Amino acid sequence: MTPSPLIYLDNHATTRVDPRVVEAMLPIFTEDYGNPSSRHHPLGWRAEERVEIAREQTARLINAASPDEIIFTSGATESNNLALRGAAAALAARGRHIITQQTEHKAVLDTLRALEEQGFQVTRLPVDGRGRVDPDDVRRAIRPDTILISIMWANNEIGTIQPIEQIGALAAEAGVLFHTDAAQAAGRIPIDVQAAGVHLLSLSAHKFYGPKGIGALYIRRCRPPVRLVPQITGGGQERGLRSGTLAVPNIVGLGTAAALAREALPDEAARIAGLRDKLCAGILGQLEEVFENGDPAHRLPGNLNLSFAFVEGESLLMGLTGRICVSSASACTAESAEPSHVLRAIGLDEPLTRSTLRFGVGRFNTTEEIDETVDCVVRVVRRLREISPLYEAWIEGHRV
Amino acid sequence: MLIPFTVKAHGARRGMPYNNYSEQVLEHFNNPRNVGRLDKDDPRVGTGVAQDPAKGDLIRFQVMVDEQGRIVDARFKAYGCGSAIASASALTTLIIGRTVSEAEQPCHAEIMRLLDLPPEKKAYAALAEEALLSALADHARKHQRTAARQPEP
Repeated sequence: MTPSPLIYLDNHATTRVDPRVVEAMLPIFTEDYGNPSSRHHPLGWRAEERVEIAREQTARLINAASPDEIIFTSGATESNNLALRGAAAALAARGRHIITQQTEHKAVLDTLRALEEQGFQVTRLPVDGRGRVDPDDVRRAIRPDTILISIMWANNEIGTIQPIEQIGALAAEAGVLFHTDAAQAAGRIPIDVQAAGVHLLSLSAHKFYGPKGIGALYIRRCRPPVRLVPQITGGGQERGLRSGTLAVPNIVGLGTAAALAREALPDEAARIAGLRDKLCAGILGQLEEVFENGDPAHRLPGNLNLSFAFVEGESLLMGLTGRICVSSASACTAESAEPSHVLRAIGLDEPLTRSTLRFGVGRFNTTEEIDETVDCVVRVVRRLREISPLYEAWIEGHRV
Repeated sequence: MLIPFTVKAHGARRGMPYNNYSEQVLEHFNNPRNVGRLDKDDPRVGTGVAQDPAKGDLIRFQVMVDEQGRIVDARFKAYGCGSAIASASALTTLIIGRTVSEAEQPCHAEIMRLLDLPPEKKAYAALAEEALLSALADHARKHQRTAARQPEP
């Protein structure tokens, strides 16, 4: 077959690695390939220096007070597991209650479910119709035995940004540890862990144009100290919190991606939001009965989550396949008819949860791509609506 | 940003519902046959609807039957995934020209063969079959009514 150009608008799933990141990583494979734990030769020292530069770059991205507050992991999923399981194990003697909310990523929800089976109690706070947690609900949920609050910085489906600073203030007031999964937020919007009062923050490089398989956990240095029980034991790397030989090329990739993202913000966020708004206006201007999910006032710059009434999400994806790469928030296969827990949490009508697409605009998208996507989406939705008996019924009901 | 990309074979990657469609499913999905509506009040027309209660996929199927009991036309509309749309489209092509009693035979296996549907998509072929049977039943009901009225004059 002849090559067909693709338009990548699935930047919440992952991003293309920035060529400058690849360039920084390459020499690590064949030149500075030492193990940073090797103390007795220059290759070890050079690798260590590379790692420490990346640690500082990562710390700066989130305004950590010190690079020592960053430990490298395989990604946000591992960071979430270490933060939640590690803190729960360390604090179990003090209490067994954990607060979270309903639209968290499965990496948090399923980890907390596992902790429940170990005897912890979990409160899952509801969100409003735009996906925001009410800080007053967090305040009311805090109990004397609450040991941990885990609320994501921004949602991966609808892009809603949570009131992190307010929750951080509440956590500080109550003396409760505060963890946030910032996988979707880091590198895309400004993050200041000090201002936000966050104790633990998870991030992943591949969400901001870095490589896959590398992430970090920020652990605040404070009094009393944040204690975590390591979940991976071995050679004692990363202050004993995460054993295993450091993935130096990936760590350099993470650091470089962090430095580039910090430099690009906020101009890049504004440009991406502009493209997102153009995409949204283009589609909503030509199609009726399309609904925007999420919180327009508190939303990731690249996120657009739309429900197209009367057409089913998988058929929409199939119509776009081969040209536009997006995802269906409610991807429903023959095996599982499970609609998205996020769309359910915001109270979206059941049929609409099956008619929803998630667009994720990123650094490498162009205005031309957005224009073409608008045309393509409008064409496919119109075609599927012509086939849809639900649309026919609505049109006739509408005309009467 | 445009990435040069070559699609190898559909079905090359298992577990990827958007990539493992057969050429036949894609063909019927992209160019569905006999989309539309017949007059449901026409005595020659039978109308049926089938819905998957879990996922909401919905097929409306209509047949037009001539005096010899042969299906001379069929139309459908469908809300659902690509396999549901393709199954309904394929079924219209299968049954036009058949007699009502031929069309009453189970046909989901035939749809699956025609579209090269994998076993996990059987539900969509069965949904199309259910819509067809419902349309044939509607046509039969109309004719019982017509027959019942006939002796009166």
